[in-house]
Amino acid sequence: MSIIENHKTDGQPFSENPKLKARDVRVFYGEKQAIFDVSLDIGANEVIALIGPSGCGKSTFLRCLNRMNDTIDICRIEGEILLDDENIYAPKMDVVPLRARVGMVFQKPNPFPKSIYDNVAYGPRIHGLVHHRDELDEVVEKSLQRAGLWNEVKDRLHAPGTGLSGGQQQRLCIARTIAVDPEVILMDEPCSALDPIATAKIEELIDELRENYTIAIVTHSMQQAARVSQRTAYFHLGQLIEVNPTDLVFTTPEHTLTEAYITGRFG
Amino acid sequence: MTDQSLSTRVKVERSMARRRRAETRFRLYGMASILFGLLCLVVLFGNILSKGLSAFEQTVLTTDIYLDKDFLGLSRQSPESELLNGDYEGLIKEYLKESMQPSGRSERRDLYSMVSVGAHWQLQQLVVNNPNLLGDTVTVELIMDDEIDQWLKHDHEKGRHGRLSEKQTEWAQQWLDEGRLKTRFNVSFFTNGDSREPELAGVHGAIMGTFLTLLVTFALSFPIGVAAAIYLEEFAPKNRITEIVEININNLAAVPSITFGLLGLAIFINIFGVARSTPLIGGLVLTLMTLPTIIISGRAAIKAVPPSIREAALGLGASRMQVVFHHVLPLALPGMLTGTIIGMAQALGETAPLLMIGMIAFVVDVPGFINDPATVLPVQIFLWSDSPEQAFTERTSGAIIVLLAFLVVMNTAAVMLRRRLERRW
Ligand SMILES: Nc1ncnc2c1ncn2[C@@H]1O[C@H](COP(=O)(O)OP(=O)(O)OP(=O)(O)O)[C@@H](O)[C@H]1O
Ligand SMILES: [Mg+2]
Repeated sequence: MSIIENHKTDGQPFSENPKLKARDVRVFYGEKQAIFDVSLDIGANEVIALIGPSGCGKSTFLRCLNRMNDTIDICRIEGEILLDDENIYAPKMDVVPLRARVGMVFQKPNPFPKSIYDNVAYGPRIHGLVHHRDELDEVVEKSLQRAGLWNEVKDRLHAPGTGLSGGQQQRLCIARTIAVDPEVILMDEPCSALDPIATAKIEELIDELRENYTIAIVTHSMQQAARVSQRTAYFHLGQLIEVNPTDLVFTTPEHTLTEAYITGRFG
Repeated sequence: MTDQSLSTRVKVERSMARRRRAETRFRLYGMASILFGLLCLVVLFGNILSKGLSAFEQTVLTTDIYLDKDFLGLSRQSPESELLNGDYEGLIKEYLKESMQPSGRSERRDLYSMVSVGAHWQLQQLVVNNPNLLGDTVTVELIMDDEIDQWLKHDHEKGRHGRLSEKQTEWAQQWLDEGRLKTRFNVSFFTNGDSREPELAGVHGAIMGTFLTLLVTFALSFPIGVAAAIYLEEFAPKNRITEIVEININNLAAVPSITFGLLGLAIFINIFGVARSTPLIGGLVLTLMTLPTIIISGRAAIKAVPPSIREAALGLGASRMQVVFHHVLPLALPGMLTGTIIGMAQALGETAPLLMIGMIAFVVDVPGFINDPATVLPVQIFLWSDSPEQAFTERTSGAIIVLLAFLVVMNTAAVMLRRRLERRW
């Protein structure tokens, strides 16, 4: 099963109502190329799952979408990524407002060593989204509620965020991200450090968030991809092999590599 | 698989004995080295304390002295300028002559020299503060000369004359028998500047000089060091030039301190014309010396901030400035402070570079501001240790005790500050 150079992606990488469009994206770490000519649309209000074996470039691709790769000195990106038809790699693009529009939840929960309240309030504060204490209180409460954490923490908003359990911390990070009211949320294996109950809660949350946000989620769990996403993209060694509606990918995959991966023959 | 007959469990059991022995041995080494360190410390402190504590006491002679208006040529209504100029020295001499009846010039000279030259300032102060005492008999504890002081502290119990003459010893013994000659807490050691007379020499000037010098050092080196560390770690492009800067900062930390003194002399004094012997120039030179320490430890502290915190903030759309000032700096500050404490402690004990910029000058006045001539504690110690009088040897150790106390106070304050800044979550 060798892969063809410049493989043309199977299935339907493009969407009718795209929020984000990646076109011929190539990513290099120094000399080493990690992503090969990936073109993919992420539709508005959809959840797209990015799956593939370890090291295939899922995280790398995801981090391109809000330019988090800028922080890695040796990382170089070619091609175009358009958010609402605006190239986010254009020279005049400012990453600060971009990241306010495209938020990110990381694999390991990473709350700030500050109180729960301050964690959630940080984004609105730095972006000047609120002007009064009452408004801020409201944003914090709403975000925590949407992240399904409010009932658990409402009595200890000023306790340190790092004192929460892993699952609670991850929901706090999600609350922190949605407090900025982004348009797109990127999630890199948000449940990999969590137990099944915490995972179920977050999956439920993703389903609810879809109404207002566009979500791209990297996951190693086929079940999770099947449960939360509408479309699934399969990456292999830096190439985008196949993109299709999720139920199609998991029932009748087009490409043999996809089939091999989802049936557990490797990965 | 050397011994098939033994189960893994048995093998592990056997190796345990060896491992436990190794562990015990290692712990013993550790304890031994700590004990050795403590022992050295105890010996050092014991030695300094035994030599230096007596510097905190001063021999005085309780005297009832009549403030003779006519002799002094003063009245209770005299203005202060006249009160200051009264012949108090003569009054004391007169008193001594009357009470001890010395015969001949040389005995008289011996007698007069037993009282410190500072004694007449005591009377002067008394009168200036309260002119109504004129015409009364007052009781004062006259400061005695360092030779009597040393005789009382070290020689008299052993029945020796010390550096006193036969007659002087007799007089001193007489005062002692009358219960008038005794030691009391040496206030002037803490309130006076340097002096040629050991019994009048104090560390106040050196303490103020040290304080002002360290203030300048801290005020310059902390912000510059922290800013440099932040810039190098967070903003500087990683290229050849920053690499060279980095290597040179590391090299600077190892440069002998006297070199910084020469640099200060050549640049700050000769080119920029900063006055020598001042806390300002001392602080500038010590800043040069302290900066590398602060920058290196500051960078280490910044590096120790988990990258996940940075990513979280960046992911929310914080600018690099905001990431640094909202997240990195608060977490790195305790570590930066540790480096600063070490740097300041080094600066506190530094002598060599200060000699180059004239802080070795003999300064009697207590400096009030950073541009007054001053000396610092370690230089004061160096100066006194060079003096022949036995009383200065004692004061050398006394000043070392003060220096150590300064260090302890400074470190304690810094540790407490760091505790408050450290977040425990
Ligand atoms: N900072 C980096 N520097 C150099 N190479 C990197 C860096 N980050 C990732 N890579 C390389 O890029 C390739 C893709 O990595 P990436 O982290 O995107 O994989 P992934 O699909 O997210 O894997 P996983 O499922 O294990 O998280 C890998 O070969 C990896 O070694
Ligand atoms: Mg990854």
